[in-house]
Amino acid sequence: MLSREQIAMRVAREMRDGYYVNLGIGIPTLVANYIPKGMQVMLQSENGLLGMGPFPTEDEVDADMINAGKQTVTAVSGASIFDSAQSFGMIRGGHVDLTVLGAFEVDVMGNIASWMVPGKLVKGMGGAMDLVAGAENIVVTMTHAGKNGESKLLPQCTLPLTGAGCIKKVVTDLAYVEIREGKFWLLERAPGVSVDEIVKLTAGEIVVPGPVPEMEF
Amino acid sequence: MSGLDKVVGSYDQALAGLNDGMTIIAGGFGLCGIPEGLIRQIKRMGTRNLTIVSNNCGVDGFGLGLLLEDRQIKKMISSYVGENALFEQLLLSGELEVELTPQGTLAEKMRAGGAGIPAFYTATGYGTPIGEGKEVREFNGRKYILEEAITGDFAIVKGWKADRYGNVIYRHTARNFNPLAATAGKITVVEVEEIVEPGSLDMDNIHTPGIYVDRVIQGTFEKRIERRTVRSQEA
Repeated sequence: MLSREQIAMRVAREMRDGYYVNLGIGIPTLVANYIPKGMQVMLQSENGLLGMGPFPTEDEVDADMINAGKQTVTAVSGASIFDSAQSFGMIRGGHVDLTVLGAFEVDVMGNIASWMVPGKLVKGMGGAMDLVAGAENIVVTMTHAGKNGESKLLPQCTLPLTGAGCIKKVVTDLAYVEIREGKFWLLERAPGVSVDEIVKLTAGEIVVPGPVPEMEF
Repeated sequence: MSGLDKVVGSYDQALAGLNDGMTIIAGGFGLCGIPEGLIRQIKRMGTRNLTIVSNNCGVDGFGLGLLLEDRQIKKMISSYVGENALFEQLLLSGELEVELTPQGTLAEKMRAGGAGIPAFYTATGYGTPIGEGKEVREFNGRKYILEEAITGDFAIVKGWKADRYGNVIYRHTARNFNPLAATAGKITVVEVEEIVEPGSLDMDNIHTPGIYVDRVIQGTFEKRIERRTVRSQEA
């Protein structure tokens, strides 16, 4: 089973030199720590910053400089700042090369649910609906199944959707899965996790296209 | 205040004409770039049944959270509101109406409102609860929903510097929704850290041209930080 850090490391392999990347809150944020050496990548924060840097030192803290998770951040050299309409213009307009976000559920049709659990409190979708509607290249990070073994990779999402038919790549704690032709495709597995175990914990139809390699870290 | 001089000397003047039941568009993202003094003034005025359009609703005891304490807000139009225990309580008890709106759609609604565009199509929210009941149209094989623009009776905006003519610049990520809110108010009030003379801001780098701005007030700001996150000093 992959740790949070290992999930982030696996996602980081989807980066390419020169990419503009939006990282969501939680595990996606950790991906910033594993950008492959020698690769130039600009991180977009949807509150209006392209070129997000590391967290500030105590001396550098600036109330006017935060990320989309409302944490204090710094900007890298060559960063730019803009208003929220411009920020979502670049997101909705498909200019962001890679978007990474978390989810509660995904299904074989590429639907994603990530913003609300009816009966519990609704905190809002923030920018997630715009991000999944605008991006061509989205990686979802999530746990493969809940604590009681209930699968989160489903024939059909049960929770209210964040976006319809927009997800193609999923990294879970057990596997790397792609969504094509209305099915999950098991392409990589976490070290020490068997294909049978993954298939058992995937409720939606899953294809095992051949020998499934173990991820290496 | 005369001619093009937009500067007012008091918060009473800044929000004169604000009445019960009005819609206010507010700039800010979380607690970053919020018009702190104007929000406190709304609390002092005790105006009620307000509809507030803002990405967030402050936190308990600060920012727009202050207006929840006295039940001044009837409805919030926001993308994310989960920062605030009182908010949760008012939502669950039905005392507060909430229209959740995707963040990019919210920004575009303000921009469209200020630019005289009554509605626009977006793929955001299609096939989700946000798209329910909205007109759907297909362009180039993809489905889009029709979202309507927003305007407000007032817009309350936080700027870094403004000149007397109401030209405004913002600082860092405190810009966020502020320039959009500024365009969408029938009366736009900008609270700034510093007021300067016309001509002293670089005209090539004005974020909000003065035509959008009706009143400018010099504010004082606590600039509270919601999530102070630091890395350790490197050797």
